[in-house]
Amino acid sequence: MKIEGNELIISGVVATIDRDNIDTDQIIPTEYLKSIKKFGFEDYLFDGWRYLDEGKLGISKNDREQNPDFILNQVPYDKATILLTRDNFGCGSSREHAVWALRDFGIKIVIASSFGDIFYNNCFKNGVLPIKLDKNKIEDLFQKMSDNSADLSVSLDSKKIFQNENELYSFDVEENLLERIIYGLDDVDMTLKHKAKILAFEQTRMKNTPWIFSND
Amino acid sequence: MPKTLYDKLWEEHHITTLDSSESLLYIDRQYLHEVTSPQAFEGLSKKGLSPWRLNANIATPDHNVPTERGESFKTENIKDEISKIQVTELDKNCNKFGIKQFDITSINQGIVHVIGPELGYTLPGMTIVCGDSHTSTHGAFGCLAMGIGTSEVEHVLATQTLKVSKLKNMRVKFNGEPQEGVTSKDIVLFLIRTIGTAGGNGHAIEFAGSYIESISMEARMTICNMSIEAGAKVGLIAPDATTFNYVKDHSQLSEEEFEDAMSHWTSLVSDNDASFDKEIEIDISLIKPQVTWGTSPEMVVDFDQEIPNLDFVDGENKRNYELAKKYMGIEENQKVTDLKFDRVFIGSCTNSRIEDLRDAAKVVDGKKVSEDIIEAIVVPGSGLVKEQAESEGLNIIFEKAGFVWRDPGCSMCLGMNPDQLKPYERCASTSNRNFEGRQGNLGRTHLMSPLMAALTAVNGRVVDPS
Repeated sequence: MKIEGNELIISGVVATIDRDNIDTDQIIPTEYLKSIKKFGFEDYLFDGWRYLDEGKLGISKNDREQNPDFILNQVPYDKATILLTRDNFGCGSSREHAVWALRDFGIKIVIASSFGDIFYNNCFKNGVLPIKLDKNKIEDLFQKMSDNSADLSVSLDSKKIFQNENELYSFDVEENLLERIIYGLDDVDMTLKHKAKILAFEQTRMKNTPWIFSND
Repeated sequence: MPKTLYDKLWEEHHITTLDSSESLLYIDRQYLHEVTSPQAFEGLSKKGLSPWRLNANIATPDHNVPTERGESFKTENIKDEISKIQVTELDKNCNKFGIKQFDITSINQGIVHVIGPELGYTLPGMTIVCGDSHTSTHGAFGCLAMGIGTSEVEHVLATQTLKVSKLKNMRVKFNGEPQEGVTSKDIVLFLIRTIGTAGGNGHAIEFAGSYIESISMEARMTICNMSIEAGAKVGLIAPDATTFNYVKDHSQLSEEEFEDAMSHWTSLVSDNDASFDKEIEIDISLIKPQVTWGTSPEMVVDFDQEIPNLDFVDGENKRNYELAKKYMGIEENQKVTDLKFDRVFIGSCTNSRIEDLRDAAKVVDGKKVSEDIIEAIVVPGSGLVKEQAESEGLNIIFEKAGFVWRDPGCSMCLGMNPDQLKPYERCASTSNRNFEGRQGNLGRTHLMSPLMAALTAVNGRVVDPS
């Protein structure tokens, strides 16, 4: 993220994966969910497609047999900051590790025609911006990205996508969610500002539905 | 204004509106397991916080646990060092914070979505969360239940609330009588096939209709469990007499508490004239046993139907289907019944409850596992399911037939424990996801009901249940 003029801009290389329904098992397989850390997942992103051999938690990409046909193993896409894909990206399991792997690899924006609901939420907790565009715009972007000009810029202020200074599309995202990315806000701190309200609600609930609290 | 069941649950738990899109909801129950909780506990510790309401949380290890444990197995006996660290971490965190855990030595240990209802911790009208997308299972009790990410697990531990946007309302009505050999697993696979894995995105799906009213809590759990495979993180069913009887048998509520609760629970139904953003009605009497052929839970066919020929698939799906067929090793003009199977897995949070095991045992009784099958395993969902099955002699039926009878856990549903497919092995599985590599690197998964999986074990192939 950087400021250009008065605008907050994310720009960089766009990697494309032309598939619908990419599930979180593809983004990061279960083997790597054995980690108890929140960082260090970059080498396992799209593990099944990125490598020809089977991996284990702790084995780095340099000790793996890389699949030369997979886009993230190719220059300049190995430094991609934007991922372009199709429908229902991030469906399946709730694993936040999928977003951690994208983030650790350096992906800051995922553009798709739709997202799995849980994945979409998880993105905003980790500074990754999911952008939804209509299917025809996604198709158009795939065309544009195949013409050897694999860079895009995204303005978080005007919510617009640019290619070589030319405005392509605007996108919608809830302001409060976007702010979490821009300011790196922590949800727990924000919610605890409502502590009194939560306590009052809980007291009333204990009175009205005591059975919920019967094992307390 | 008339309200849906989801609207009512939302309002009952609504603390405050935060901004244009999000509200703060009160969370009644959180289930924890070893995979998605360690980073949440670490975050809590770093902030110097403790769980807001300790007893709202119930923990058990399930994803990593080996299913060949035998007597007096402890966490330290787990052979895979990395899995052991994760399960140990859950033990440590539960001890440190004082959270109730059914650990690996407990008779109550099991898959988190099996033990919650079975031990009576899931009650109608609750908001329930867990760092696992199959939390939708608990919606079968008229709960607002959903899977969340690890940051949210930490948030719920710290604040007993969740920041959420309200979902849209969708209703799916299943009417009619099922054909012989058709179970709730077939019904939900048929739904996913019909609306696609993104069909329920952004919606809470309420399941209703005469079929839903007629089936058991366990069958209802199977349907709500897989609402996430239809894209909906929330699936729910209005509680009725079937629900109340189950809860009476399983909860630890006193008679007085139960009566008190009943007066509230009976109001948990969608109003007659409530409107839904999307509504679908399916005549289930036409549905045959369903089997997935590809790498997405929407790639489903009738068991005796030809797998889609690429020549007749339209543009958008063509590439997806082509990749799926290649991965699954399926040729043109094949049916699922033409495929030779290597392994059978009966288990998972979708289908590892006692009725599932009875269904499978019924067709196995007196038969033998086919010589083509390398291994067929039955993994009960919990210690209590295992105990019940053994008291009914189901383990004997399975073992006599050549199945392996295991200890409870997520097992071969996902590749986190020793139960995994080897590359290119084809598996008949009662689990919920047929994604690439889900059951092991390059493994090939076909989802189906326990009855169909058991028949596949006996025949080495998918066969007609009638």
